[in-house]
Amino acid sequence: MLDNLVLVLSITLMYSTPLVFGALGGVMSERSGVVNIGIEGMMNVGAFAGVAGSYVSGSPWIGLLCAGLAGGLVALLHAVASITFNADQTISGVAINLLAPGIALFACRRMFDGAAMSPVVNTLPKLVDASGLGGSALSSLNLDVTVLLSPIAAAVMWFALYRTKWGLRIRSVGEHPEASETLGINVCRTRYACVILSGVLAGFGGASVTLAIISQYTQTAISGQGFIALAAVIFGKWTPHGAYLACLLFGFTQALTVMLGGGSVVPTHILAMLPYVMTVLVLVLFVGRSVAPKADGVPYIKGSR
Amino acid sequence: MEASPDYAVQMHGITKAFGSFKALDGVDLDVKRQTVHAILGENGAGKSTLMNVLYGLYQADEGEVYLGGQGVQIQSPLDAIAHGIGMVHQHFMLVENFTVTENIILGDEVCRSLGVLDMARAKREVEKIVDEYGFDVDPDATIEDITVGMQQRVEILKALYRGADTLILDEPTAVLTPQEITQLIKIMHGLVARGKTIIIITHKLREIMESADACTIIRRGKYMGTVDVGETIEEELASKMVGRCVTLSVEKGPASPGETVLSVKGLHVRDGRGIEQVCGLDLDVRAGEIVGIAGIEGNGQDEFVEAIDGLAKVDSGTISVRGEEIQNTVPRNVLDHRVATIPADRQRLGLVLPFTVAENAILERHGEKAFGKGATLDYGKVRSFANGLIEEYDIRPAGCADSPAGGLSGGNQQKVIIAREVSSEPDLLVAVQPTRGLDVGAIEFVHKALIRERDRGAAILLISLELDEVMDVADTIAVIHHGKIVGTFRQGSVSEEEIGLLMAGGGKR
Amino acid sequence: MNTTAIKVLRKPIASAIIAILIGFLVAAVVLASAGYDPGASFAALFSGMVGRPRYVVNVIIKATPLLLCGVAVAFAFKVGLFNIGAEGQYILGTIAATVVGITCDLPPVLEIPLVVLSGTIAGVLSGALVGWLKAKFGIHEVITSIMFNWISLYLCNYVVSLDVFHQPNTTGTYPVHGSAFTMILPNWKLSDEGQAALANLPVLRDVLVRCDVNVGIIVAVVVAVLIGWLLRRTKVGYEMRAVGLNKDAARFAGINVEGNVVLCMVISGALCGLAGALNITGISPHGISTLAAFENNGFNGLSVAFIAGCSPVGCIPASLLFAGLIYGGQTVQQVMGAPSEIISIMIGTIVFCMALGGVVPMLAERIRRSRAERVERARELAAKTGATPASPAGEGDAPKAVDAADAGAPAAEAPSGAAEPNGSNEKKGADGDAR
Repeated sequence: MLDNLVLVLSITLMYSTPLVFGALGGVMSERSGVVNIGIEGMMNVGAFAGVAGSYVSGSPWIGLLCAGLAGGLVALLHAVASITFNADQTISGVAINLLAPGIALFACRRMFDGAAMSPVVNTLPKLVDASGLGGSALSSLNLDVTVLLSPIAAAVMWFALYRTKWGLRIRSVGEHPEASETLGINVCRTRYACVILSGVLAGFGGASVTLAIISQYTQTAISGQGFIALAAVIFGKWTPHGAYLACLLFGFTQALTVMLGGGSVVPTHILAMLPYVMTVLVLVLFVGRSVAPKADGVPYIKGSR
Repeated sequence: MEASPDYAVQMHGITKAFGSFKALDGVDLDVKRQTVHAILGENGAGKSTLMNVLYGLYQADEGEVYLGGQGVQIQSPLDAIAHGIGMVHQHFMLVENFTVTENIILGDEVCRSLGVLDMARAKREVEKIVDEYGFDVDPDATIEDITVGMQQRVEILKALYRGADTLILDEPTAVLTPQEITQLIKIMHGLVARGKTIIIITHKLREIMESADACTIIRRGKYMGTVDVGETIEEELASKMVGRCVTLSVEKGPASPGETVLSVKGLHVRDGRGIEQVCGLDLDVRAGEIVGIAGIEGNGQDEFVEAIDGLAKVDSGTISVRGEEIQNTVPRNVLDHRVATIPADRQRLGLVLPFTVAENAILERHGEKAFGKGATLDYGKVRSFANGLIEEYDIRPAGCADSPAGGLSGGNQQKVIIAREVSSEPDLLVAVQPTRGLDVGAIEFVHKALIRERDRGAAILLISLELDEVMDVADTIAVIHHGKIVGTFRQGSVSEEEIGLLMAGGGKR
Repeated sequence: MNTTAIKVLRKPIASAIIAILIGFLVAAVVLASAGYDPGASFAALFSGMVGRPRYVVNVIIKATPLLLCGVAVAFAFKVGLFNIGAEGQYILGTIAATVVGITCDLPPVLEIPLVVLSGTIAGVLSGALVGWLKAKFGIHEVITSIMFNWISLYLCNYVVSLDVFHQPNTTGTYPVHGSAFTMILPNWKLSDEGQAALANLPVLRDVLVRCDVNVGIIVAVVVAVLIGWLLRRTKVGYEMRAVGLNKDAARFAGINVEGNVVLCMVISGALCGLAGALNITGISPHGISTLAAFENNGFNGLSVAFIAGCSPVGCIPASLLFAGLIYGGQTVQQVMGAPSEIISIMIGTIVFCMALGGVVPMLAERIRRSRAERVERARELAAKTGATPASPAGEGDAPKAVDAADAGAPAAEAPSGAAEPNGSNEKKGADGDAR
């Protein structure tokens, strides 16, 4: 029983970590008023740049840095399109999702003699690796350092958004840009910063797959995580803590899938749908009804009108 | 006039063009320290543009700005704020889901080190200013929960917090009750007494007479002169503003009401947040009369109109048109009962801006056989119908049937809506804020159209936040407060003060 | 710049062509910087696209599902919905067509409509569910669509794994019954008689025998035109466009917004399902296989739609271009050794430029406006110096003056429009409202 619980915990955290970074990126961008469908592409580029950085330098930390940088660069494209040129943000995001994996794979083939995957590289250290403990209930506990970094990132972002002047400004820009402008807040610059930061976070998300979970870049390392992260943003009502919990929930359903996969009661492929079906169900049951969270948690004082 | 330290603000020869349209053409403005200086002009005359130049939102093409006798370059609102200029915009620039304090400190936050907000200290600082000027504002309240008058005081607080010496108020009275206006004038005089200078933009003559020391008049982007308010009369200001003699009243014959068209009984409606906004409203509107609803914004007018139009759910009570109940049905059914509405928000509800004028002209009526057999739409017929309306209602530019409605001026957009709604010869015409943001000529046009419809035999329900409009146009005036009709009067049988008192919830019922 | 050029630049097609040129330019730069000869690479690309009749036909075959999915996405976009679920609806179409096509064996005249229809209905159900969840619960269609994409993918793998359908020793199902095939002359071309007839017609032989020539493209083109007509020339299309452009105004005008949203998703889903079904009936292996990742027929539909500027008819050339680039891209890799991802980069750039698409007409508008302004100034100057319009100096300006007058309406709206592209006209433009 205990080892099952440990396994579920372990898998939950493993699956959710890349999603958390992607979702935090989404929150960042959308809080400032820019929709970012391109998270998936930015994660993909980050996944490759992380591996490339680690491969060249031998240090996974430098790899992680490269991943953030690459994600941020791709995000810059999105920022130019959607902020400077007032482009349709959805279309720009779709373009990013085409462009970024193309760039990543193109670079991969150039770097590794036409192969669509990289060699195994140095990965980020483990937070806990109990596999040596064989037999013990904790032996399935296997946590990457990114598992710790992701809630820290969420907490920092929460603090930044709700407890600092920059957060106040970012939220005001996302709510009422005209008002912000009249108070001397540079809406464009704020949005640029947020979109680029969103790409950096997505890049970290990509690297937390390739530099922690699978230790190499492959064509399918990032396949859909960015979109799930997008769902987590909406599910988490555009807050860092909400998005974090949404990602955990998604990771948990993945873990359930893995756990239940042991038995043969339910076919594997049907089980594999579980996380996606659950997400839709949860949305129907809990989120759909409060479409506009504008007055959330604000008691209405009758008679003040 | 020479630049002099006696003047808080001097703007000389300001010219500003948007494309080929000259919004300002060599306008001068000299505002003495510690005075209330009004800028008078019609909608579209360039008043707001002038103030946006002063506030750094627009850059002038030509002209100089002096503050206290010193020439300055104002490139951005930040510069303006640094020079002690504060602006209260006509549409408040407040973040709805932020608190009063958050809105006030935004952009100039009270922080500990590393940009961490110190909300406790921020609140104390806000409270200090609130106490100093005697404002009645709760620093912890959220903007969407407080009254419009209070929101306006928050806007003034924002400027004072930033150390503004000169305050620009853009159409500050547009959304206030007469009582709130009196209060605002008191606040303005209190600020002047404490050394501030106030510039007030308005097109309301009476307020200028009551509050301002001097008045600069602008017409179509041109400077028309500055007068000492103590030495002038309303009519003189009016003719300078419009450039011709104006009749300040609406001409119409007596109403000859017929049978009841709209009958509302015990209506209760809640808003999107579940708060009851219409609380037991009773009202009858008869054919051939204009019933005007006077009231302060947010007293249930929006929900009442939504309920009539089938957009909001009715909790209890009935809305009948010619005896048939229409509440809690769909908009289509309401339209089929020959109810037409001129919505308050013409760009959100009245028009599909990217659609052509022709396509907009048949919105609501596109299903009619006249515009195409079966499932198809005959654009030839649509266009000729639209061309008829364009000609009849003088919608400009002529021949705009195939251009997007978004490219028309506000007045012409409103004409498209009115033309469409009136062309269906409705039994009941609901007109909500039909003249908002229009110039004098267009306002006259709208009022005439309403009276013409009345004389045709339609029942007209006019809902306006402009008390003057209701007093002038309506045959019967009903006052709404807290979602209820608290008084009904025949035109001319009641004073503006009495209505104002009822609007604010006071007075006899 | 003369007036004609400006007019041309304001047309949407100009944006598309410029975007495509930029796409090639960027690809050339990337190729060159990676050490490949861009000229030779593009030559390889084009020879891989149109070098032989068979290539052209293969491009058309590949374009068929892209066209249908592209039209589906473009159509939904016009109604204000972003159907990122095209991929899943396409997969469902293939699943349903395969299941029905294997299970039932009827004469072609019944079998073909049955199989195609069942694929279409599968798409309809998926689309309808997304639309219903949006209309009823307000759940963003993007989330549900993404989830349904994955659910469809795993459903596909599940169906493949079932013993009834799984073809032993393969990763796929059995093919559907031959009576469901929609190729052109599938049996005749392989018969002795057909072979003999084709022997003297090498081009036709190359095309017919070596490709799965099928009727899909005809269906797809008809559908594209039909959807274009629906949007532009019918009452329901009018309603849908109104819903897409301004939901509130549409509701206010008595249009059933929720109903139209669901109907739109139904039609969009149907088109994707149809695309899936036609691929099953039209090309081998006439069944579905285990999917490790998405095949991107639906996702590529997004790109096609955006290259086409969301015009259903525009999707026809856009899908051909897209399919050509993808198909020809393989040759680039074979011949030049350059990674075929260069094509993704190229297409991504094109779509990116289309997102910026408003810029070209905007620039054209700005040029036109500044010209109008110059004319205005010249006129004013003329008035000041006392010259009449009839004077020789004014005459040269006469035709342009008409242009300027024409520009009057939008130009005067400028106080709101020009200074605050995103801001509501009502706010800062109050002063510019009335003339």
